[in-house]
Amino acid sequence: MATKEKSLAHEEPVTPAPEHHHATNTGLSNEKLAMWAFLGSECLLFGALISTYFLYRGRSLEGPTPEEIYDIPYTSVSSFVLLMSSLTMVLALAAIQRGDYRRLRVWLLATALLGASFIAGQVYEFTSFIREGLTIKTNLFGSSFFVLTGFHGVHVTLGIVMLLSLWNLSLRGSLTQDRSEVVEIAGLYWHFVDVVWIVIFTVVYLIPT
Amino acid sequence: MTTVLEPPSPEALATAPTDDTGLMRRPIEPKGVWSWITTVDHKRVGILYGVTAFIFFLAGGIEALLMRLQLAKPDGTVLGAEAYNEVFTMHGTTMVFLVVMPLSAAFFNYVMPLQIGARDVAFPRLNSFSYWAFLFGGLFLYSSFLLGGAPDGGWFGYAPNTSITFSPGHGIDFWIFGLQILGIASTVSAVNFIVTMLNMRAPGMTLMRMPIFSWMTLISSFLILFAMPVITIALFLLSFDRNFGANFFNPAAGGDPVLWQHLFWIFGHPEVYILILPAMGMVSEVLPVFSRKPLFGYPVMVFSGIAIGFMGWGVWVHHMFAVGLGPVAVSAFSLSTMFIAVPTGVKIFNWIATTWKGSLKLTTPMLFAMGFIAMFTIGGLSGVTHAVAPHDRQQTDTYYVVAHFHYVLFGGALFGIMAGIYYWWPKIFGTMLDERLGKLNFWTWFLGFNLAFGPMHLLGLQGMPRRIYTYDKSLGLDFWNMASTVGAFIIAFSVCVFLYNIWRSHKRKRVKAPADPWDARTLEWSISSPPPHYNFAEIPTVHALDELWHRKYTEDDEGRPVRVEAVEAADDDSEPGNGHGEDHDEHGHGIHMPSPSYYPLVAAFGLPVMGYGMVYGRSSGQSYVVVVLGALILLAGLFAWAMEPSAEPEEDGHGVVELASGGEPALVAAAGPAALEAGGQEESEPVEGASGAPTDSGRGDPGPEGPGA
Repeated sequence: MATKEKSLAHEEPVTPAPEHHHATNTGLSNEKLAMWAFLGSECLLFGALISTYFLYRGRSLEGPTPEEIYDIPYTSVSSFVLLMSSLTMVLALAAIQRGDYRRLRVWLLATALLGASFIAGQVYEFTSFIREGLTIKTNLFGSSFFVLTGFHGVHVTLGIVMLLSLWNLSLRGSLTQDRSEVVEIAGLYWHFVDVVWIVIFTVVYLIPT
Repeated sequence: MTTVLEPPSPEALATAPTDDTGLMRRPIEPKGVWSWITTVDHKRVGILYGVTAFIFFLAGGIEALLMRLQLAKPDGTVLGAEAYNEVFTMHGTTMVFLVVMPLSAAFFNYVMPLQIGARDVAFPRLNSFSYWAFLFGGLFLYSSFLLGGAPDGGWFGYAPNTSITFSPGHGIDFWIFGLQILGIASTVSAVNFIVTMLNMRAPGMTLMRMPIFSWMTLISSFLILFAMPVITIALFLLSFDRNFGANFFNPAAGGDPVLWQHLFWIFGHPEVYILILPAMGMVSEVLPVFSRKPLFGYPVMVFSGIAIGFMGWGVWVHHMFAVGLGPVAVSAFSLSTMFIAVPTGVKIFNWIATTWKGSLKLTTPMLFAMGFIAMFTIGGLSGVTHAVAPHDRQQTDTYYVVAHFHYVLFGGALFGIMAGIYYWWPKIFGTMLDERLGKLNFWTWFLGFNLAFGPMHLLGLQGMPRRIYTYDKSLGLDFWNMASTVGAFIIAFSVCVFLYNIWRSHKRKRVKAPADPWDARTLEWSISSPPPHYNFAEIPTVHALDELWHRKYTEDDEGRPVRVEAVEAADDDSEPGNGHGEDHDEHGHGIHMPSPSYYPLVAAFGLPVMGYGMVYGRSSGQSYVVVVLGALILLAGLFAWAMEPSAEPEEDGHGVVELASGGEPALVAAAGPAALEAGGQEESEPVEGASGAPTDSGRGDPGPEGPGA
């Protein structure tokens, strides 16, 4: 009984309310914990891909090489765009926590649009690389570059789909203040994808071969 | 491939549960085939896992028998070289991914929530999705036999041998995408189990009061969570090589074949512990019960499990000693491999100490558990011989290695799982298996196993290489090969005994199992056999490790256990510990459980469609229309899933009524419409059940111990 009462000390004796997820053993809701676990798994996915890229750096037998093909200023701008989307994501969460649904939708849409600009930039980058003679088949650099950055791009795209779904739900009025955690969880994913991009941008673009 | 994981969570979360826009009518059949197909009950999902995995076990066993027939005599003609390659590849892949992992998952599903006092897993529909993905992945893999040849690159699929140049057929493609589907299934279920165990333990059950099997489930799940993505990427790279002409494993373009080996074994070695830790957990449950002693050194058992889980990541290169990675790498991994034997050895000594001076009851599960200790020790010792790099180099790719890993995976994992099956059978099916047949099962299993795999040590030391489809008479290998084949057929006989035992228990002599036939120690034995749909009429409050034991026994002055009189009769329904069985509605009215759903099945069905799309996309001029179709099925399934509330609101308002009446357990409150609307945590009903319990009694309602009871 002692343990039981101890664990109850902080419980509010009210009917189950929005705060009910604090009743889990960890205090995190199941959904949030699942997202954290899933992101842990994602770390290994990106870790394996980034290691592969590292292993093959400078080992291509023929060109084009990264130095010949990268446009660092261009990619820096698109990276900046993606990182700014983390800011708008935070603003979206703050908005729903305040119950400001109009700003929630504005910031969700802004985040999705910034993400989409990044993807558009990536598509443009890919096509220009292909025009300059670098495809997935060309050399080790081509294979590892396209697979790593493309894999990240797919993650961003799925994030955009999530954001647009949330935006749509908010339009229909079913994304309310007490469910702000949904936005928080989508935000966890979004920030994760952004953080991974910082690593990729550094490893792939900035560190000289 | 993991991308499929993302959409459901925010979608599922983001939809109002009251939004009743399902595409299909909600399945409501309580019985029959459809109730199984649409089930989200962790117990039924567990049974589905077990039955499916056992059927794959028979398939993998038949492949093993074919190999043993081929090798029984020199110059065998049962299988040709190509067929032999396919059979050993499928045998390994089957036994690892379709037998031992899902058999463990069957117990994770069935037993773990009962042990921690939960009503279901954290995400019941996701759980059912995992099962269907596993089934479809297995069927997809096996369909390769009918569609132009099974994979033939070994279960490790070394690239570039598996690249398009050397394996132009579809077999390897089936292997790649089959494993991707299975990887999704296990990663999803690992997330589910981790959340369940970290979040949904009964009140009072701290982590260090969690039963040891649940602990091993937790560690295993973390290993799955982190190991699966590594092989996912390896397979991903290989499929890019094969499907889109990338160069990852193409030596002509500078690709490094060792990359595959690293990625595969960084996954592969934790995988070994994914296979063995659950079996260790089962044995650690069985031994104390039949020794009538608590598990010796429970905290040490937990921490040695965690240590194995960590160290398992630092030993993978011992699979690659023959590659030529240089003396530093080889020495370092030699040492780490020797070190990992320490926590394993700790466990072995603890098991022995558990039985030491115990009142041993040599039932079938106990025999399998003791067989596990002995056989796993032998396998562990030959493992240490592999840690010695020069010795390993001598034995690499010989039958000595085959002997070693069969002693750990068959002598270890399968012995442990058999102990688990015999131990939990009464709980799961409510009938007792026959003890005499069980003992025949054990002794033939034990004899056959040692006869089949013991001689392989000798064959390996004599230089017989692995993966050869035949050998010459002049090599003098025929005697032990024949012995091994005889052993394999004795195992087959033993499996038949087991099947007969099952058939008999269900058809001929139906012995109804009591709630607690073994006088066991953990919570799953406190409820009827088989458990009711909702598991616990009232979520138990846990006060100790081995909770049930402490409810049943106290100690006298000299520390001997004395049965608590009042409890003895409470054998049938509900929890013996509280004696309030009658207070609860036996049919579970007022306990709101997740409703069945079609959508996990629909979503999972998209995966094999995508798989076939990838396999045949390559040979049909890079046309990947079918992949898109599969992805659409998956997405449609996930969206419909998100639109459907996890549990249908009860029309008769039972929950509300009983809430008003006070005293009913947790879930009533949690399941009321208020909770559904307020939280929108569609999938989290059971949590609220588990954790709502204290809230209820804390509120001053007449709880289990309260005056109203």
